[in-house]
Amino acid sequence: MKPRPFDYVCPDNVDEAVALLAAHGDAARVLAGGQSLMAILNFRLAEPEMLIDVSRLAELDTIREGDGKIEVGASVTQNKFLAWPALATKLPLLAKMLPFVGHFQTRNRGTVCGSIAHADPSSELPLALAMLGGEVVLRSKKGTRVLAAKDFQLDMLTTARESEELITAVRFPVQSEKQVAFREVARRHGDFAIIAIAVVVEEKNKFRLGVGGMTGRPTVRQFNATGDAAIRDAAVALGVELEGLEDMHASAAMRRDLLRNLAPVVVNEALQCAA
Amino acid sequence: MRRVNRDQRTRINLTLNGRAVSADTEPRMLLSDFLRHALGATGTHVGCEHGVCGCCTVLIDGTAGRSCLTLAVQVEGRAVRTVESLASADGKLNALQQAFQNNHALQCGFCTPGILMSFTDYLAKNPKPSEAEICEVLSGHLCRCTGYAGIVAAIKEATGSK
Repeated sequence: MKPRPFDYVCPDNVDEAVALLAAHGDAARVLAGGQSLMAILNFRLAEPEMLIDVSRLAELDTIREGDGKIEVGASVTQNKFLAWPALATKLPLLAKMLPFVGHFQTRNRGTVCGSIAHADPSSELPLALAMLGGEVVLRSKKGTRVLAAKDFQLDMLTTARESEELITAVRFPVQSEKQVAFREVARRHGDFAIIAIAVVVEEKNKFRLGVGGMTGRPTVRQFNATGDAAIRDAAVALGVELEGLEDMHASAAMRRDLLRNLAPVVVNEALQCAA
Repeated sequence: MRRVNRDQRTRINLTLNGRAVSADTEPRMLLSDFLRHALGATGTHVGCEHGVCGCCTVLIDGTAGRSCLTLAVQVEGRAVRTVESLASADGKLNALQQAFQNNHALQCGFCTPGILMSFTDYLAKNPKPSEAEICEVLSGHLCRCTGYAGIVAAIKEATGSK
């Protein structure tokens, strides 16, 4: 289908974008890569009065390191971040997860911040942000607000962003842990994950496990467990607690089964990485 | 600040396949429709219109993207390349196209333009992909003739790994 009519505005800088959001609020939507938003508009699931295109704002097209964090601006595409030379050493978990974000063709245009703003429950980038304890930088006319990942994504496609706020960047803390792994189950590579599991080994027998696709937002837990049986038990308990989403691709029971069976595999993969 | 109101038509100037072109559009027009209806470049096909099938893939400033997830107003001043740019003026197919023909990789041909444009971008960045890498890029396309084996064979031939 085709989108409903809207006004298109291409601001020259962040201040103009923020002023537009202050004036139009909920009636406006921010367009960056468009890989989620344009599909939603074509389906007419959203019918905004105005699109504010930030994809050309050079000031948001930067990857910066400072204060032990990597800051990724709102117009940085997923493929640009994937090609960032320091990614594997500074953010090894993201180096594993980014190739699963959509397809080569959608990563060329889709942005890191856009995926986090969209807040799909099965998306890799919100899970990565939650796993690494990252944060989201929001600008409005009132000033700048920084929210931790856990305070940002509230539920399925729902975030704490106020209607007059522009997400200008997300920040990932530089990782000290080198043992990481990621797996997901999807109908085909690049499709929405039925379940996504990320693991970071913190120290011997202690690891952090993140799950996407089970509930409306990513879940991250720390575990002390050794051996496949103990890890499987922990995953069973987590599955029972989260219950699991039910949709056309998988029942909640199937998601719990996938979690139980995949968790030990992903933990073992992480343990096999050089420390 | 550039602003186009919903009922306003604006002139878009871009480079299409190396040639400066321009046409009028309203803000909501998708690049895929703009190429086909406003510029007459009907080589780009429209499948699903929500970014899943990949038929409408074109190059925007050299990188492959879905033209159905891009607005015409967004390509102002950009260089767009479509499947029409691949063969030479006398109709001679380029190496990738010829390999598709050699390996019966077209079948009905509807999805082919998008696949050709994806690999035009990808092979420029990675000229010697492994079969796994080819399949990963191909995962961004749907061929409902389900003829993926021929497509993989064609790309392997074009990259000299067959």
